[in-house]
Amino acid sequence: MAWSRDEMARRAALELEDGFYVNLGIGIPTLVANYIPENIDVTLQSENGMLGMGPFPFDDEVDADLINAGKQTITELRRTSYFSSADSFAMIRGGHIDLSILGAMEVSESGDIANWMIPGKLVKGMGGAMDLVAGVKRVVVIMDHANKAGQSKLLKACSLPLTGQACVDRIITTLGVFDVTPDGLVLIELAPEVSLDLVAQQTEAKYSVSDTLLKHEAA
Amino acid sequence: MKKVFPDAKAALDGLVFDGMTVMSGGFGLCGIPENSIAALHATGVKDLTVISNNCGVDGFGLGVLLDAKQIKKMVSSYVGENKEFERQYLAGELELEFNPQGTLAERIRAGGAGIPGFYTKTGVGTLIAEGKEARQFNGETYILETGLTADVSIIKAWKADPQGNLIFRKTARNFNPMMATAGKVTIAEVEEIVELGSFDPDHIHTPGIFVQRLFVGSFEKRIEQRTVRQRETA
Repeated sequence: MAWSRDEMARRAALELEDGFYVNLGIGIPTLVANYIPENIDVTLQSENGMLGMGPFPFDDEVDADLINAGKQTITELRRTSYFSSADSFAMIRGGHIDLSILGAMEVSESGDIANWMIPGKLVKGMGGAMDLVAGVKRVVVIMDHANKAGQSKLLKACSLPLTGQACVDRIITTLGVFDVTPDGLVLIELAPEVSLDLVAQQTEAKYSVSDTLLKHEAA
Repeated sequence: MKKVFPDAKAALDGLVFDGMTVMSGGFGLCGIPENSIAALHATGVKDLTVISNNCGVDGFGLGVLLDAKQIKKMVSSYVGENKEFERQYLAGELELEFNPQGTLAERIRAGGAGIPGFYTKTGVGTLIAEGKEARQFNGETYILETGLTADVSIIKAWKADPQGNLIFRKTARNFNPMMATAGKVTIAEVEEIVELGSFDPDHIHTPGIFVQRLFVGSFEKRIEQRTVRQRETA
């Protein structure tokens, strides 16, 4: 059975290491915050100018001066610091953030990512995505394996305009987990009850299967 | 020189002309100079180039200037939270230049710091790199981005003293400090002007040298995405 969005987020939480500074993208990546293991201490960065992002506020705590990059109201923690957008992107571009988890429309077998524009449709802008994929030490993508039309989102080459080139390290899809390596894409994990045949059918990109392929059990 | 003005209209007096470039602080609707935007709208100024991370929403923030067709060009990282923006852009009535958010922040910082250009790896291999000089440093490719300045920067801070020293509050800081440095004239609107000497000099975020005009505004502080959690009831 393919992973649900929450199951992908739960799997992505395993990417977190103690002491990490992490930026979570908008959408499914935000759910990863719900699965941070108790024994691991991570600090969430929000690129509009905050380290140490807390949970959503209670109704009487809402503060218009305190939002995340998705423009949602949030709260601060005891460790929180605030800073300008220039300082925020110094953290991102300067390689001080350990991990960025974000969504994508397409990822190529060489680790290119496209997630900001569809030609012919209204383009809202890239926001901080190009800076994140270019600057953060490790980039992990969470996405559906196929789009709504059933076409693979893991491709030999992206068809959409890129957000970044050769920058993705790992891809967690509904079907499993892939690593981008110097030798190409490697399938390292399978979601429960997903067969190698199914992955082969639904993947346009070329990939190899790891010798140590991990098959997840149904929860 | 007296920096404190009675209101936004007075603070803008003598600075506004058609075709001018304005930097406007804020991220989404958080920390935007609501009062200066409204006063700019009231002047009827046209053909503005506006440098701002976003472009407000329908009927609020920079959306007010859009609705009145006072903006010729936007320089932003993320827009389209308003229908009028979409309509004008698709009709070819509005120019739009996208910058990656960090590149936009750094271009403003550089402009204010007297740095005409800098190299960044953001956008290498993407549409953003087209037409830009590329250069190798330590075996990696970087592209040249230029500094930005403005005729007037309108920004929002929490508190000021009469010298224009500013303190921001929480994530309402965002683009405001860099924009303060990059305006030929910077107008700061604040919630409170405190007595001289009441700030700890070590706690000032933006030194007063970057602020030429200052006034106390009134703020709606609209929220775009009110997200809350529920208290568990016993």
